[in-house]
Amino acid sequence: MDLTTRYLGFELDHPLMAGASPMVDDLDQVRALEDAGSAAIAMHSLFEEQLAGEQISTHHSMESSSHMFAEAMTFMPDLPEFRLGPDEYLEQLRRIKEAVAVPVFASLNGTTLGGWLDYAKLMVDAGADALELNLYQVITDPTRSAAEIEAGHLEIVRTVASEVSVPVAVKLSPAYTSLPHFAAALEEAGASGLVLFNRFYQPDIDVEELEMERRLDLSTSGDLLLRVNWLGILSAQRSIPLAASGGVHTGIDAVKAVMAGASAVQMVSALLQRGPARLAEVRDELSAWLVEHEYESLEQMRGSMNLAHCPDPRAFERLNYVRLLMGWAPN
Amino acid sequence: MSKEAHNLIDGNEAAASVAYRTNEVIAIYPITPSSPMGELADSWALEGRETIWGGKPDVVEMQSEGGAAGAVHGSLQAGALTTTFTASQGLLLMIPNMFKIAGELTSFVMHVAARSVATHALSIFGDHSDVMATRSTGFALLASGSVQEAHDFACIAQAATLRSRVPFLHFFDGFRTSHELATLDMLSDDDLRFMIDDEAVQRHRSRGLTPDRPVLRGTAQNPDVFFQAREACTPFYDACSGIVAEEMKRFAERTGRRYGLFDYHGAEDAERVIVLMGSGAETCHETVDWLLARGEKVGVVKVRLYRPFSIADFVDVLPPTTRSIAVLDRTKEPGAVGDPLYLDVVSALREARDDGLGRLNGDPVVVAGRYGLSSKEFTPACVHAVLDELGKSTPKNHFTVGIVDDVNHSSLSVDRGLDIEPEGVSRAIFYGLGSDGTVGANKNSIKIIGKRVEHAQGYFVYDSKKAGATTISHLRFSDQPIRSSYLIGRANFIACHQFDFVDRLDVLAAATEGGTFLLNAPFGPDRVFAELPREVQQEIIDKKLRFFVIDAYSVARECGLGGRINTIMQTCYFAISGVLPREEAVAEIKQAIESSYGKRSPVVVQQNFAAVDQTLANLSEVAVPAEVVGEKARPPIVAEAAPDFVQKVTAVMLAGRGDELPVSAFPVDGTWPTATAQWEKRNLAQDIPIWDPAVCIQCNQCALVCPHAAIRAKVYDTGDLEGAPDAFQSTDYRAPGLKGLRYTIQVAPEDCTGCQLCVVMCPAKDKASPRHKAINMEPQRPIRERERQSYEFFLGIPELDRSRVERLDAKGSQLLQPLFEYSGACAGCGETPYIKLLTQLFGDRALIANATGCSSIYGGNLPTTPYTVDANGRGPAWSNSLFEDNAEFGFGFRLAVAAQTELARSLLGGLASQVGDELARAILDGEQHGEPAIAAQRERIAALRAKLASLDDPDARRLEHVAGALLRKSVWIVGGDGWAYDIGYGGLDHVLAQGRDVNVLVLDTEVYSNTGGQQSKATPLGAAAKFAAAGKETPKKDLGLEAMSYGNVYVARIAMGAKVNQVLHAFNEADSYPGPALIIAYSHCIAHGYDLRFGTEQQKLAVRSGTWPLYRFDPRRVEQGLPPLLLDSDPPKIGVKAYMRNETRFRMIEKIDPKRFERLVAAAQESAEQRFAVYQQLAGITVPVPREDEE
Repeated sequence: MDLTTRYLGFELDHPLMAGASPMVDDLDQVRALEDAGSAAIAMHSLFEEQLAGEQISTHHSMESSSHMFAEAMTFMPDLPEFRLGPDEYLEQLRRIKEAVAVPVFASLNGTTLGGWLDYAKLMVDAGADALELNLYQVITDPTRSAAEIEAGHLEIVRTVASEVSVPVAVKLSPAYTSLPHFAAALEEAGASGLVLFNRFYQPDIDVEELEMERRLDLSTSGDLLLRVNWLGILSAQRSIPLAASGGVHTGIDAVKAVMAGASAVQMVSALLQRGPARLAEVRDELSAWLVEHEYESLEQMRGSMNLAHCPDPRAFERLNYVRLLMGWAPN
Repeated sequence: MSKEAHNLIDGNEAAASVAYRTNEVIAIYPITPSSPMGELADSWALEGRETIWGGKPDVVEMQSEGGAAGAVHGSLQAGALTTTFTASQGLLLMIPNMFKIAGELTSFVMHVAARSVATHALSIFGDHSDVMATRSTGFALLASGSVQEAHDFACIAQAATLRSRVPFLHFFDGFRTSHELATLDMLSDDDLRFMIDDEAVQRHRSRGLTPDRPVLRGTAQNPDVFFQAREACTPFYDACSGIVAEEMKRFAERTGRRYGLFDYHGAEDAERVIVLMGSGAETCHETVDWLLARGEKVGVVKVRLYRPFSIADFVDVLPPTTRSIAVLDRTKEPGAVGDPLYLDVVSALREARDDGLGRLNGDPVVVAGRYGLSSKEFTPACVHAVLDELGKSTPKNHFTVGIVDDVNHSSLSVDRGLDIEPEGVSRAIFYGLGSDGTVGANKNSIKIIGKRVEHAQGYFVYDSKKAGATTISHLRFSDQPIRSSYLIGRANFIACHQFDFVDRLDVLAAATEGGTFLLNAPFGPDRVFAELPREVQQEIIDKKLRFFVIDAYSVARECGLGGRINTIMQTCYFAISGVLPREEAVAEIKQAIESSYGKRSPVVVQQNFAAVDQTLANLSEVAVPAEVVGEKARPPIVAEAAPDFVQKVTAVMLAGRGDELPVSAFPVDGTWPTATAQWEKRNLAQDIPIWDPAVCIQCNQCALVCPHAAIRAKVYDTGDLEGAPDAFQSTDYRAPGLKGLRYTIQVAPEDCTGCQLCVVMCPAKDKASPRHKAINMEPQRPIRERERQSYEFFLGIPELDRSRVERLDAKGSQLLQPLFEYSGACAGCGETPYIKLLTQLFGDRALIANATGCSSIYGGNLPTTPYTVDANGRGPAWSNSLFEDNAEFGFGFRLAVAAQTELARSLLGGLASQVGDELARAILDGEQHGEPAIAAQRERIAALRAKLASLDDPDARRLEHVAGALLRKSVWIVGGDGWAYDIGYGGLDHVLAQGRDVNVLVLDTEVYSNTGGQQSKATPLGAAAKFAAAGKETPKKDLGLEAMSYGNVYVARIAMGAKVNQVLHAFNEADSYPGPALIIAYSHCIAHGYDLRFGTEQQKLAVRSGTWPLYRFDPRRVEQGLPPLLLDSDPPKIGVKAYMRNETRFRMIEKIDPKRFERLVAAAQESAEQRFAVYQQLAGITVPVPREDEE
């Protein structure tokens, strides 16, 4: 079966690839992912905020105790190689590039325009074949409007895309008032692909200790539906390649994502739960399903169930919700 | 270091630079002030710097200086070029090996940052008492007087020892030279190769032990031959000084810097001459120049090679006209005819006269003088006084200079106003806090300016505290060589980086007329003048100072720099001092910021750049009025209520005027009163915790965890509230046993360091707004006075009767008065909460032996000390002997206490019928466990004393002296892991094996904290520490398991942040256990590299990850048929990585080498799991109890 697809300018043998996860921190896992046939390796994000926070806190904890007492000028060994910049991430990126032949996508979450650009350039210099800009940001300031935030995001994408030589994908969250409008603007700003969607750490409440707990549960196939919904809408409107991210656990999940219009399908939770080899199984399931259902190619199926082609486009709109309500009845 | 370069380094680096490049093995042990030499060698080796022969030396840290000396001796014997660095007590520990090394005629140079040997007190500062204690070892003693000389003489010594086979001790003055930053010309590798004779190196190697040419060294010899064999080395000593002179000559030919065995500087026809060695000689040189310009006939002899002492060379440099000589020693040998250099000079002159050596016309008068003990300032005024004395017809002999000796009347009077520093020298003084970065910034500034002027010098004075230490930086710049080896007396620029200093220190005392004063103040230019004490205003007016102000803390906050104002104040200095053009200076500062932080923390660079720019916008010159304004005067240094001694002695020291105190002010034997920290109000915290009784659950954990006893709990009668200030907070005490009482948590606002451990520890949260806890931080300044009054009132409320506290758990223990308070420990210290708890539980009957280290410094460093007394005047008796012997020292306490108890019991037995059999029996058999029982015994002893007073019997008088010993004493041996795991381990092991009733508290920070983070055997696997910079490969030594192996030692491993009540169980059980007890206490430390407010959180992670299992091993449980080991923590629930990643000591490995980090994490994980499994198995083992009837 011809599963080839084109994503971010890369001709891929099939659409399945490992999405952003801690697996990329371990080169053995990365090699296992490639062995399992991952069409590309997407790294987890480098968080500018975290880098800055670590630099500042480490700087303060080390500096505030130096030269303060006659007996000890410092309390830590002086190691010139001890750097708190992005080196660790970039070094891992370099190692992954050396270890695998498939394209490697580096991912970035910045806090300043300068940071977005500087780190993006460093990632490209370190060998990233493409970038994923992770626009995840929690806005708590009531004086900042959606338009203002979106304009800022577009500025980031425009700046980075114009300054780096590799394709730039944007990883989105689902919470936009008008995602199609923003997606169009992103494409115009130079984005070469969109990843739908980010999954968030969301605070949970420890009711005994009255503490907030941050947690990230692994996805289930149920999480895919939100992606299917928006893939279906956006793929009907734009030609920009889309990637599904979140909720693909089986071949059928992958089929759904592609039918909704995904050019690439990222997997994380399934691989964390069942190991890198799960990717090959899903690929085989996908291939088998296409054979069984007598498709000519993956491309034939792509977008077949999107807003433009599905039998009942209203399903993508509010009717979906309405019908569910109408379909429910107490015993 | 390939080419000769003009450089700016300190004396330690100057010496180490040569030692490193000319040796193959370096074995060290950290000791102030020599530690940086070893640390530099370690970090150079890590960088891969090479010796002059290629390759890098093997740098090893040993368990003590005795161990280092042994390793050095062995390495030398096996033929390697070997060196070491040490000082003070460390040097003393090397003496046995020094005799051997010299006796075996071994080429070897050791470098010593000379420091006082502890006598009536420990001192980390400089004098020659350590070096002089090695005179009989057979080492050559070569003295440097400056940073340049420390560099040059390190080379000359290395060259000379290889040729002469006499080992060398090369020394320079601790701190004054070891820590002075100065401009010097560096010796290139080629210079060193020129000086080091390769053939001599080969000869050294060929003397090394090898089975290919076996020899025997270290025989035992008998009366028939030892003496003769000992004399056989003499020709080498006879030749040694000549070889040194030759090497000095070769050195001069190569570098142009000329030295002699003795260097004379002064008038050719001098009549008065000073002889001395070390940095003081530079001050003499400078003063002699000044006097020569005024036509005085004076000179100075700088002794370079003190041993072997060349009489001919010495007398040769003395001008024929010399009429009087003052020999100055920087050491004291009580009871000797004179101090060592004096004795040698007198003997040398006598022998020279007899042998017709030298050029002297007559027979000069020779007097001895002593100066500079423990870095006492030795100024041109002192030199002037000595030379004046020499002009008298009968100059005073055995004088002292630099102090006022009103007891022995030995001191010379000194004109302290004498200022001889040339006008061309730019001089600046900076007052700062240790934590605000002032010293670091000044070191930076010197390097910037040092590139543009011929000569620069920086010297830094630190006070004795760790949290909130005052630092004073002294900077000189000149186009002429700077020989001023003393603090700046008059400065044209003075900066005060902390506004509160103007209240207690006379920061402008050294300001010259027309000078510049820079002040960091929370007030603008319009208001700041009026906010100054009138005394300071007057000084500014009188001295016509230009006055600049900046609110540096505001700028720092805006730029995200927190409390670090270093960059801001440095920028101000450059902006207004005019040492460099402003634009150029700003560019240089930015470049320095980039090179300091750029690689590690680019964000920090941006913040500091912003701070530089903001500084220039916020710096203002103050228009100084013609008259003082306002009524604000300097407050008294200590409160009026302070006792006489504190007023007359301590307060003077606190004001920075301790130098003025005369000999008569001091105890003759080093015995000081306790309870003095309470008089020093330091106001360090920007924010302090404030209690909310509505939220509080009365658990007392805030008080328990406070490192400074600065937040306290009290339970008291309602009536005690009478006269309470309006702001004083109080609530009903909730406890089943104590009804109708009131309860208060109160902060000591002026003693709190603002560490926030209490707030993080507090478990009580407001239900409606859990962010609000039962204690919350608030800015200190606005509520300082209110809380000060509340705290004063709080202290006045009587303490709860100890025997009324029902349970000595975490809560109950905090109702007992802490007898350890307001120490100088770091903010957030993890050690002091344990010590404080110890004093709460047992302080009124405790003797504490304290190993040298952090706990002896914050426990016993003047001016004020934290151990205090209760309302009955009882409290811990505390002493520090040494670093290495603390277990034995405390063991001695127990022996003495036991002897006195035995004597008292025996006397009481004999007097039983006279004092009453019932009372005697009650005392002799009285159970003394628990506060009610202790209180009952105290009452019985009081009754006994009353009876004894009425008895006319000599035994009654004897019993009166020792009756106090009838109360059970708690003997505590306290120290850090450096002591317990390393240097003192042999002694600790022996003491534990003796079965006597001593309690050992190991404050385990897992690293040498006091000397700056060197690894110990307590350092955990994976942690980066000095001498284990790549992360320690081996697991932490399991000290507890080793102690358990005796079977009769009580052992507990505790972590206050993780399980408070287990801590209390351990302390109470250790005290009640009649044999040896060992408590190993997890102590978070600034050397771990994170914000210590989260110290207790990290302790929880340490326990939950199995890194720090909690347990108690109580031999008493055996008799109950139970396993002696009780595990108090659960099996590991989280990975060790979760714990390790929070601390820079582990994290830096992850950043440098992630693979290695993962490997170390895996090894640490395995080690934690294995150890826990071992404990689990042990906790299941019951030990059979031998029954007597089975015998």
